Amino acid sequence: MARTMTGAEMVIKALQDQGVEHIFGYPGGAVLPIYDELFQQDKIQHVLVRQEGGALHAAEGYARSTGKVGVALVTSGPGATNAVTGLTDALMDSIPLVCITGQVPTHLIGNDAFQECDTVGITRPCTKHNWLVKNVNDLARVLHEAFYIAKAGRPGPVVIDIPKDIQFASGNYVGPSNIAHKTYKPRVKPDPALVRDAVELMASAKRPVFYTGGGVINSGPKASQLLRELVRLSGFPITSTLMGLGAYPASDKQWLGMLGMHGTYEANLAMHDCDVMINIGARFDDRITGRIDAFSPGSRKIHVDIDPSSINKNIQVDLPIIGDCAYVLEEMLRVWKAKAPQLDKAALKAWWKDIDGWRARKSLAYKNSTDVIMPQYACQRLYELTKDRDTYITTEVGQHQMWAAQFIHFEEPNRWMTSGGLGTMGYGLPAAIGVQLAHPKALVVDVAGDASILMNIQECSTAVQYNLPVKVFILNNEYMGMVRQWQQLLHGNRLSHSYTEALPDFVKLAEAYGWTGMRCDHPADLDDAIREMINHKGPVIFDCRVAKLANCFPMIPSGKAHNEMLLGENVSDEDVSKAIGKEGKVLV
Amino acid sequence: MINPNPQTHYAGPSLRQDVETRTLSVLVDNEPGVLARVIGLFSGRGYNIDSLTVTETEHEKHLSRITIITRGTPAVLEQIKHQLERLVPIHRVRDLTFEGVSLERELALVKVAGKGEKRIEALRMAEIFRAQVVDTSIEHFVFEITGKPGKIETFINLMTELGLVEVSRTGIAAIGRGAAAM
Repeated sequence: MARTMTGAEMVIKALQDQGVEHIFGYPGGAVLPIYDELFQQDKIQHVLVRQEGGALHAAEGYARSTGKVGVALVTSGPGATNAVTGLTDALMDSIPLVCITGQVPTHLIGNDAFQECDTVGITRPCTKHNWLVKNVNDLARVLHEAFYIAKAGRPGPVVIDIPKDIQFASGNYVGPSNIAHKTYKPRVKPDPALVRDAVELMASAKRPVFYTGGGVINSGPKASQLLRELVRLSGFPITSTLMGLGAYPASDKQWLGMLGMHGTYEANLAMHDCDVMINIGARFDDRITGRIDAFSPGSRKIHVDIDPSSINKNIQVDLPIIGDCAYVLEEMLRVWKAKAPQLDKAALKAWWKDIDGWRARKSLAYKNSTDVIMPQYACQRLYELTKDRDTYITTEVGQHQMWAAQFIHFEEPNRWMTSGGLGTMGYGLPAAIGVQLAHPKALVVDVAGDASILMNIQECSTAVQYNLPVKVFILNNEYMGMVRQWQQLLHGNRLSHSYTEALPDFVKLAEAYGWTGMRCDHPADLDDAIREMINHKGPVIFDCRVAKLANCFPMIPSGKAHNEMLLGENVSDEDVSKAIGKEGKVLV
Repeated sequence: MINPNPQTHYAGPSLRQDVETRTLSVLVDNEPGVLARVIGLFSGRGYNIDSLTVTETEHEKHLSRITIITRGTPAVLEQIKHQLERLVPIHRVRDLTFEGVSLERELALVKVAGKGEKRIEALRMAEIFRAQVVDTSIEHFVFEITGKPGKIETFINLMTELGLVEVSRTGIAAIGRGAAAM
């Protein structure tokens, strides 16, 4: 099987053998041999981004919307350091990426050569694993291993650092093999005894709730199907983290909406008051738990996770189950069907009555206006006008992200791409480019803020080059809205540097890039303008001028418990300024 | 498996977990950067390292054994173990303290300078502790002492009064008792 070829040829051959069709990258001195090989083939399409950070986020968007591994190719030194944010983002959100970085030739490593940096040293804590390949005969094996590591178990990013002399050197190429990895063998099938215990506990519940996360999405579409079946069979309420939206259809009556800091009242109260919590593929992140010692104090907790280190990391659980969500859900369903448990119908009915009471508070309600566009209204209209299409949504990070999560609803997994764990402003536009490349016919909208969008605005140029008709829907309030909201909560309304005094004219900016620019500042015009954006064949920046001082509610202030939420409709400025205590101030 | 007290998981302040010391034995592929991964994990996540030793122990298989003495509450120690197991080049992690009786040994080189009575006393103490003299002149000794960390600690403390100049310690090597391997 072994064939002799150069290191650069091996890179392309390995990508082809791994079924890679698209990669995102930016050339430079230390990757020129690989770019030369790319030039001489046509199986893999390379997308030239405008900054390496964009390549990583585009690869993330591609991976999140397809379930495939995203691939990025960058040069040494600044190419690699620019990739660090995207790698960390992918690590936090468990996104499978393979990032190939060029390196100075092996004899120059350590000499502070031009465009040299310690790439494996810098990326060690922000990757699942990384390699510096110093022998060309290791390269093919490492490339295939990289894809395995990125995908297996809890997915994540990996880096392969290839010195330039290794790219030129000749060696033996080996194809992908199915030989078991010698050390990395994550458990995917659950212990059946634990699943039986879990089903028993679920069946005895009086106030159960499903709390699901990105693990269900990462497990693949089958996990979402199995989750739906189990939830419907049980009749239990279900909520999800930001990362898990779409695994369960938002239109279903058992759906409580997103939970957490900006989640719905009913979702958070159900979490607080439940007696059995069924966590599937979520990690008890601090955005979810709020104050740890008051988190769901009366419940027994089942935690399904593929990563044993997620168990008992933040919250002590009663019944941990290690395994891939799809396998665990399959087994849960099998046991549930076999046992056909007798549920406590009276208790469940009372529980749903409680939930309906919380729902009646309408925690997402906001005061609409006929004069200015409320950001919530903008998201609602965007959702209503796009929901019947083949739509994918990405976001940047901030208030607009939370409003999008609250008001745009998802029926299917892999439709919602947002930077959850790391909270990376500038994620949405390059991610949308990656999504659009994978789904050329779909409608891809980046819901953005006026501040975030400027962090990777250069990628507008990429969209034009590859005819990617992404839509950027900016909720423009001229503020870093979430920063301002926290300054109001914590710092006496002293708005230190959260107002952007010199924003560009987004319409002209769009036109300068060869996009179409649109502006809307009146609620009466909004629907027509959104329709025009959707129907436009090319990329569009939509400058949606929204109410400047709107804040994002409901909110669990940091350091508070789920039952201490601030609801939007009746929050006074004084409530806002006193909401966070001394201990909560140090939290983020 | 299921918490007998469904009211709460959260121990009151009086029931907080105590900090324990544990000896972890970690079998890893001896590849570049593997030690940096382990140390980076400890510093990045705020865990303690009291002692760390590492060397290749199986040359044909390129396997190294890392012995780490760490401190933490049982919950933190469980996290440390799982976080280590997540690293790709790691074969196995064993908590030798938790899993049973283990042997722990350390070697120290102890340099003591002095003349007269103190010098004679230092040599006498070295005999009691079964330390070897590995270098000497008329004004100094270098002792080599092997044993449990407590013994070495005691020896060094005694030498402080007898002209201790400097100490070099290997850190702790540990192995489980009995016929089985880790």
